[in-house]
Amino acid sequence: MANDNKAIIAKRVARELKDGDVVNLGIGLPTLVANYIPSGIKVWLQSENGLIGMGPAPEEGKEDRDIVDAGGRPVTILPGGACFDSATSFGMIRGGHIDVTVLGALEVDERGNLANWMIPGKLVPGMGGAMDLTVGARRVIVATEHNLKDGSPKIVERCSLPLTAAGEVNLIVTELAVIEVTPEGLLLKEIASNTTVEEVQRRTGARLLFAEKITTMDIEP
Amino acid sequence: MPKIMTAKEAVANIKDGMSVMVGGFMGAGTPESLIDALVEKGARDLVLISNDTCFPGKGNGKLVDAGCLKKVIASHIGTNPVTGRLMTSGELEVTLVPQGTLAEQIRAAGVGLGGILTPTGVGTEVEKNKSVIAINGHQYLLELPIKADIALLKAYKADKAGNLTYRRAARNFNPIMAMAAGLVIAEVEEIVEIGELDPDEIITPGIFVDLLVQRS
Repeated sequence: MANDNKAIIAKRVARELKDGDVVNLGIGLPTLVANYIPSGIKVWLQSENGLIGMGPAPEEGKEDRDIVDAGGRPVTILPGGACFDSATSFGMIRGGHIDVTVLGALEVDERGNLANWMIPGKLVPGMGGAMDLTVGARRVIVATEHNLKDGSPKIVERCSLPLTAAGEVNLIVTELAVIEVTPEGLLLKEIASNTTVEEVQRRTGARLLFAEKITTMDIEP
Repeated sequence: MPKIMTAKEAVANIKDGMSVMVGGFMGAGTPESLIDALVEKGARDLVLISNDTCFPGKGNGKLVDAGCLKKVIASHIGTNPVTGRLMTSGELEVTLVPQGTLAEQIRAAGVGLGGILTPTGVGTEVEKNKSVIAINGHQYLLELPIKADIALLKAYKADKAGNLTYRRAARNFNPIMAMAAGLVIAEVEEIVEIGELDPDEIITPGIFVDLLVQRS
C-alpha cells in the first residue's frame, strides 16, 4: 500500500516538471520522480554532491565509485552533463538557478514552513543540503504521504518540529491531494479519484481552502 | 614544490587535538589511504570537518569507529548510526551545518573573507546565536570562516608541482578545502611529471598543496 502511495505521489509530481527545468530531487520518495518524467519532457537533474545531467543507476557491474548521487548511490552522467565542486553546486542552488526541488516532509504547514531534518531526542540525521534547497530553489514541491502510519496528519497549522526553512513551500503533493500554499492558506486543487473533499479535510491538520473547481488528480502520463 | 611521501609519513604531521578537513561526499572523493593511516596511527581528539561521516567502516566513518574524533562539523550524519550513538551518549560533539553554508564557510577561510551572508537557515535553529543582517529587505545570517590545521584531499592526478585534477563527482569539497588549511595533503591515483597535465584541466593549482601521497 505504502509503495503504491509513493508511486502515485511521484507520478503526480513528475507532471509538474517542464521541459528544460533544472531539478533537484531529495533522497527517498522524491528520487522516484525521475522514473515518471513524462515522455517529451527533458529535465536536467542536479545532484548537490556536484553533478548535473544525472542519469539512472548503471547496470550491475558498471558502477563507477566516482559517480554517485547525493545519497551515495551509483548513478550515471548523461551526455551534456557536468561536474563541479560543492561551492559551485550550492551556488546553483542558493543562487536561484534550480527551477524545482522536490523534498520529503516530516511536517509541512499552512504558512509553507517545512520540517524535514530532525526529531529532537529521536532522529538527528542533519539537514544536508535541504535547507539550502528549500531557500534557494525557485519552486519547492513537498512530496509526502498525507498521514503518518498512526494516521496523524503531516500537513498541519504550525510545524512543531525544528524547521528546515520558513515560508518557502509552494506545492504539496500527497497520495490524496494536490495542495497549493497561498498567502491565504492551503488551497485544495486536486483530489485522488478514490477520496472525497471531506476525507482529505478530515485527514489534514489545517483548515483547507477549496479551489473553485477541484479536479481529479491525474497521474497518467 | 610539494614533497612526495607515503600516507604514513604524511599523517605523522597530524597531532592529537588538531582540526582536520577531509574531502569527499559519502565516500566518493575521500582520501582512503590517508584515513587508514590516521586510524593505524591511533589519532585522538581530532576535530573532523567534512560533509558527512559516511557509513560505519567506510570512508571517514572509519575515524568515528576508531574513536579518533572529539568533534564533528558536518551537514549530515544520518547514514552513520555510530556517529549518532556517540553524539547521544555525549562522547562526540557534533555541529550540524547546512551543506551550502559549510562549503562557503570553508571557501571563505581559504579566500580571505571575513564571513559570508546566506539566506539559508533564517527562521530555523541554525539562526541561534548568529547575527541576522538585513540587506535590501532580505534577511541573511552572518556565517564565519572555517579553517583547519590540516586538509586531507583526494584528487585524480597530480603533477610533481602539486597541480590537481579531479574525476567526476569525486571533486565535491576537495578544491575548496585545498585553500583552507595550514597543511594540505593530497592523495592521488597517479603522480605525473611536470608538464604532463594540461594547464586548462587543472582545478587546484599546485601552490595550495604541501604533501602528495600516491593512493595505495
